[in-house]
Amino acid sequence: MLKLFDERIATYALSDSPEVITGRREAIAEFARAGFPHTKLEKWRNTDLGRVLNNGFTFPLAPLAADVDLEEIFRCEVPGFDTYMVAQLNGWFIERGNKLAQASQGVVVCSMEEAFEKHADLIAVHYGKYTRVNNNSLSALNTALARDGVFIYVPDNVEVNEIVQIVNLVQSAYPVFVQPRNLVILGKNSSLRLVHCDDSVDDQVGFINSVSEVVLSENARLDHYKLQNKNDRSALINNVFFHLEAGANLSTNAISLNGGLIRNEVYVRLNGRGSHADILGVYLMDRDQHIDNQVFVDHAVPDCTSNELFKGILDDQASGVFNGHILVRKDAQRTNAYQNNKNILISDKAVIDSKPFLEIYADDVKCSHGATVGQLDSEAMFYLRSRGISADNARMLLMYAFAAEIVNKISIPKLKLRIDDLVKKRLRGELSICDQCVLHCNSREQKVSFEIDMSKI
Amino acid sequence: MLSIKNLRVSIEGKEILKGINLEVRPGEVHAIMGPNGTGKSTLAAVIAGRDIFEVEEGEIVFNGKNLLEMPVEDRASEGIFLSFQYPVEIPGVSITNFMRTAVNEQRKYHGLDPMPANEFLTKMEEKKRMLDIHAKLANRSVNEGFSGGEKKKNEIFQLAMLEPTLAILDETDSGLDIDALKVVANGVNKLRRPDNAFLVITHYQRLLEYIVPDIVHVLFDGRIVRSGGKELAMELEEKGYEWIRSEA
Repeated sequence: MLKLFDERIATYALSDSPEVITGRREAIAEFARAGFPHTKLEKWRNTDLGRVLNNGFTFPLAPLAADVDLEEIFRCEVPGFDTYMVAQLNGWFIERGNKLAQASQGVVVCSMEEAFEKHADLIAVHYGKYTRVNNNSLSALNTALARDGVFIYVPDNVEVNEIVQIVNLVQSAYPVFVQPRNLVILGKNSSLRLVHCDDSVDDQVGFINSVSEVVLSENARLDHYKLQNKNDRSALINNVFFHLEAGANLSTNAISLNGGLIRNEVYVRLNGRGSHADILGVYLMDRDQHIDNQVFVDHAVPDCTSNELFKGILDDQASGVFNGHILVRKDAQRTNAYQNNKNILISDKAVIDSKPFLEIYADDVKCSHGATVGQLDSEAMFYLRSRGISADNARMLLMYAFAAEIVNKISIPKLKLRIDDLVKKRLRGELSICDQCVLHCNSREQKVSFEIDMSKI
Repeated sequence: MLSIKNLRVSIEGKEILKGINLEVRPGEVHAIMGPNGTGKSTLAAVIAGRDIFEVEEGEIVFNGKNLLEMPVEDRASEGIFLSFQYPVEIPGVSITNFMRTAVNEQRKYHGLDPMPANEFLTKMEEKKRMLDIHAKLANRSVNEGFSGGEKKKNEIFQLAMLEPTLAILDETDSGLDIDALKVVANGVNKLRRPDNAFLVITHYQRLLEYIVPDIVHVLFDGRIVRSGGKELAMELEEKGYEWIRSEA
């Protein structure tokens, strides 16, 4: 692979600035030094990439959309959930010819390739500036090899009305290793709602090593969702680097419904006073699936707040990792930081490794962390059953209720309904990996209320 | 309707109920009184099907069926209802959904189709009105953040919705102020019918001023040591449990 890099670097990305090329060279050097993460590293102790990396992968160096029927993939839209959708296939941005209504106000949603050509000034300021390459060899690999991805720019004072949805698809006749690279820049006082979906289109092995950099300028607001529904043979590594300036407000919510191996690494740098981040996640894993959420919140300046809540249900032999790290730097007085990870293990064989961690150098702070692992509450089970509800349905109601705490925090009503629906389907066992992206397919037969219709279970 | 014969129950090797005999007929209200720790709540839980207890001996027959062989949910569908002393909080499950699920599962047990949504909502409103419950129950999570009184009212509301043939009220009066107690008692009185029965478990005589029992039993150290009319409750109130203790 390193040889490949040397051979291709000259022609790899024609639009690269010298600075980006330097970044690539430094990153590949770092990757050459560190290699793929392995279980002897503390941060990877319980997540073994080995089982995925044993496949021979192809790096798609050019788009290979020829044999893909895009119309089929985008056949149906979610009823009532209209988004401005952009798609990546095997890491490559797909030009669909749709236009964003607010393009005239300067809002840009385009491919990274295009951004390198047309928005070189923004790239020069932001690209690669927030990514941690050291001690994160997969981010280094992405930085070295990334060719394409989604670029979003919202100018100062613009509120984007449309919900922007990125759909990241993998479909290939042979195992592919893709390196999507996204950059999202929110100007001062701007706002954006962004839904980022990772889906498999088939059951082929795929390895996505994605890096996103997200910058929130002063008082910007971002409502961000990651929806992950991958096949059991896939690996998805999602590194997201958020950078918040003063007064910025971030809510990011990772909803992991399926996937052979998913690792979400979220880095939040609270870099300006009065910035706030909600970092949420829910995961529902079974069979041999593995979920790993790594959250690093960096309170760099005073008067910032962060709130982390991750909840998960693990069944069968599924395994999970939660690693939450809050760093409160010396000057970051009056920090409020909360962190909580709650898990339910349905089977004896399911495991969770939960590690909350606070690292505090300031003295005037409010921080708390907690982690719970349990079975379904037997008192609650008895209560529900004593009203005539069967054990299976009582269990399902309680699992749903457990997950609902996160789902209810989704602030886009139609998305909330949709996710709610997906969670129910997931718990009923109806939602394994669909052969199509779940978010924009599967049209609904009937209106879904907030209730579970137990007659359908 | 309910026939308990020589019921012996233990938990973790410790015998709690030491041979209970009890007959409840349709239309009757039975009160079970006694000091703390004598097995009143255990009796209620064993009838409802709580599986942390070991039934060592005896039988519980309900309308001709052996309850002890039935799972909890089937007992409920057969017409047993337990109003919990400590109702469980279930965040994330709305009361509407909880009750609709329960009603429809019980209907399913009896081979009936689910109740249409509008009919169900009408029934909910009706029962709320009947019980004088004004709170907006529908969208709240089951018991979450409820006061003691609200939790107990919610139990009675569920009782009204599920229309059991035998309702067991386990210390429903505990922790209630007089107004909440009246709401609960009035609710029970409105739900009394010739074809259903109530088993009211209480420590104090106070509740029995509002729900007048036909028969009062005194449970002491795992046995029913005395049964009588409603005067027995008065007598207990007057003389205290020491009186029973000295007699037992």
